[in-house]
Amino acid sequence: MSDTLSAPAGATRTGAAAPARAARSPMRFLKPLLLLALLALLLVLPLYVEEFWLRTGFAVAGAIVGAIGLNLLVGTTGQLSLAHAFFLAVGAVSYTFISGESGGLGTRAVLRGLGLPPIVGMVVGVLLAGLAGLLFSPIAARLRGIYLGVASLGLVFIGVHVLNTWTPVTGGFNGRSVPEFSLFGFSFGNDDPQLFVLGVPFREAERLWYLGLVLALAAYVFARNLLRSRPGRALQTLRDSEVAASVMGVNVQAYKARVFLVSSMYAGLSGVMYALSIGSIAPESFGLTVSILYLAMIVLGGLGSVAGAALGAAFVTALPLVFQQFADVLPLVSSPGEGGIAAGIAARYLFGAAVILVVLFEPGGLAGFANRFRRRGRAPGRGSPSASPASAADRPTDTDPSDPPAQGSSTR
Amino acid sequence: MTQFLSLLLNGISLGAIYALIALGFVIIFKASEVVSFTHGSLLLLGAYSIARLSEPLGFLPAVLVGVLITAFAAFLVERLIINRLRGAPVISLAIVTIGVDIILLTELIRQIGPDILNVPHPWGGDSVRIGGVGISENRLIAMGVAGILIVAFFVAFKYSSWGVAMRASAEDGEAAALMGIRQGRVSALAWIVAGVLAAVAALFLVGAPTPGVSAAAYTVALRAFPAAILGGLDSTGGALVGGLLIGITEAMAAGYQEQLSFLGRGFGEVAPYVVMIIVLLVRPSGLFGTKELTRV
Repeated sequence: MSDTLSAPAGATRTGAAAPARAARSPMRFLKPLLLLALLALLLVLPLYVEEFWLRTGFAVAGAIVGAIGLNLLVGTTGQLSLAHAFFLAVGAVSYTFISGESGGLGTRAVLRGLGLPPIVGMVVGVLLAGLAGLLFSPIAARLRGIYLGVASLGLVFIGVHVLNTWTPVTGGFNGRSVPEFSLFGFSFGNDDPQLFVLGVPFREAERLWYLGLVLALAAYVFARNLLRSRPGRALQTLRDSEVAASVMGVNVQAYKARVFLVSSMYAGLSGVMYALSIGSIAPESFGLTVSILYLAMIVLGGLGSVAGAALGAAFVTALPLVFQQFADVLPLVSSPGEGGIAAGIAARYLFGAAVILVVLFEPGGLAGFANRFRRRGRAPGRGSPSASPASAADRPTDTDPSDPPAQGSSTR
Repeated sequence: MTQFLSLLLNGISLGAIYALIALGFVIIFKASEVVSFTHGSLLLLGAYSIARLSEPLGFLPAVLVGVLITAFAAFLVERLIINRLRGAPVISLAIVTIGVDIILLTELIRQIGPDILNVPHPWGGDSVRIGGVGISENRLIAMGVAGILIVAFFVAFKYSSWGVAMRASAEDGEAAALMGIRQGRVSALAWIVAGVLAAVAALFLVGAPTPGVSAAAYTVALRAFPAAILGGLDSTGGALVGGLLIGITEAMAAGYQEQLSFLGRGFGEVAPYVVMIIVLLVRPSGLFGTKELTRV
């Protein structure tokens, strides 16, 4: 568990070391300026772009939160989990149940709901998802590597079964609609209050855009700080070698439990955001496919890199939607019902191929690719194209354990 | 009592099919340290090719060609992808097989569409009674074929040079390589054998109690994962026991649905996973898996 996965360690490490190096380059001023410009652009975007892009943006924000959470678990700590869809479901269902109203609209069965304010639903949803993660962590802590991957697979199927069965809460097979979000009386729906900014009507899509922006940004900053802190370092050591970690005084079981807690809380928030963006929840939205797509996101973005997870999430979430939107323009892709390849399917082919190519050729993912590019730009002498495949030489710190038997996580 | 026996028999026959899939899973893991998430879609590929080819070719040739196609697909995956990643972390290898799975499964589901393809088994959907216990002929034949294949496999695994080579490289890859065992060839053969086993399992999995080949066959195939994990990922005998255990559990949970109604409809489909998690809680490496030792 050291060769390929050590690449993301390099990615995060260079990320952390960047300020020191940047001090010697013009990037020092450029980088914050660029970030500010990007933020400003994102802030004014609702004034100019269509509703479709804003809705896509909110879906992407939700996926970013989820992907960052999964990346903490899989990329940073090296615990393969296919259960992410389950924790998403816990968040989404809790939110719907707590903030939804009782009564059965459209379905035969009577739905129950607590009717509490949506913010309570969101917070409790996140907490419950975290609790579910914490409950699963004793199992997870006992299992190593691939056993955990398959055991977590079981959780997804059990989750879908519960979603199908527990009709009063989840809406059963047909699912149920999700209450609109509101914050201290300000609704994130289409009206109430009517809102115009510079003559542009701010309806649901615009309002949710800002909500997504704030939540995704918070998730990003939290994860980034976590990785640079002592616990973050502990988690990375855990991935590279459990034995080394415990020798260094890292409580392996406790840290595994905590990372499961944090990761599933991220998933819970992401689930709430997913529910808000779709407007309804159904069992099929939380199946194995979702877990696999999240895995694809973090692999494409770069295991262990927070920015990479965000990039991967944006790519995987937006691609099918964009394909759908431009189905008549793109070659080969078509809208459903016509000949050719449907948008979602075309996107799947791309993800699958991209995952394979990334693992084969660029284990650092998009983040690794960007890092390599940046390094080459800064030090033209060192980063000649012929030297770039051996970029491991640029990372003197993450050497493999010299003594193979000491690799606690190897499966022999 | 009759119901119990009937469920037991059906469970064992289902378990025999699972055991075939799980066995392929385990030998891939032993030979190349890969947990193949591609296995579900390989199985679906087998079922699909048999169903599609049986009209132009006839049943038996279609089965043969279907098995060959599946084995060849497994071989390709090994040669083109897995072989290049020798020595990579287990998680990377698992993820790359997930990538393959996404592509293969998407294509197969697109081809199958919403239809249910019919496989014209010559034995049809009839069932037979053995001492008052009913079982479909398909499942009965499945049990026989699976039994023969499994015995043949174990004999080959024990005595053939391939089996010896594979056990040696599973025991200690480097030492085996130094002894002149070609790891690449061992691994490729393991994938081919797993492909064959998956295709044979597919042939019976889409028979009698199941209506035919549909995308749902993939979900069924996934239940071989708990079977393999339950027995221990690196234990061939464990795959057999795990397969039977999962098959019986599923049949029982489905059969006693009335009594288990508080767990919800369709609990049988989830029961394998529940059993797996419980077993893993007690024995983290499965029933017969090698315990992971950490030497410092």
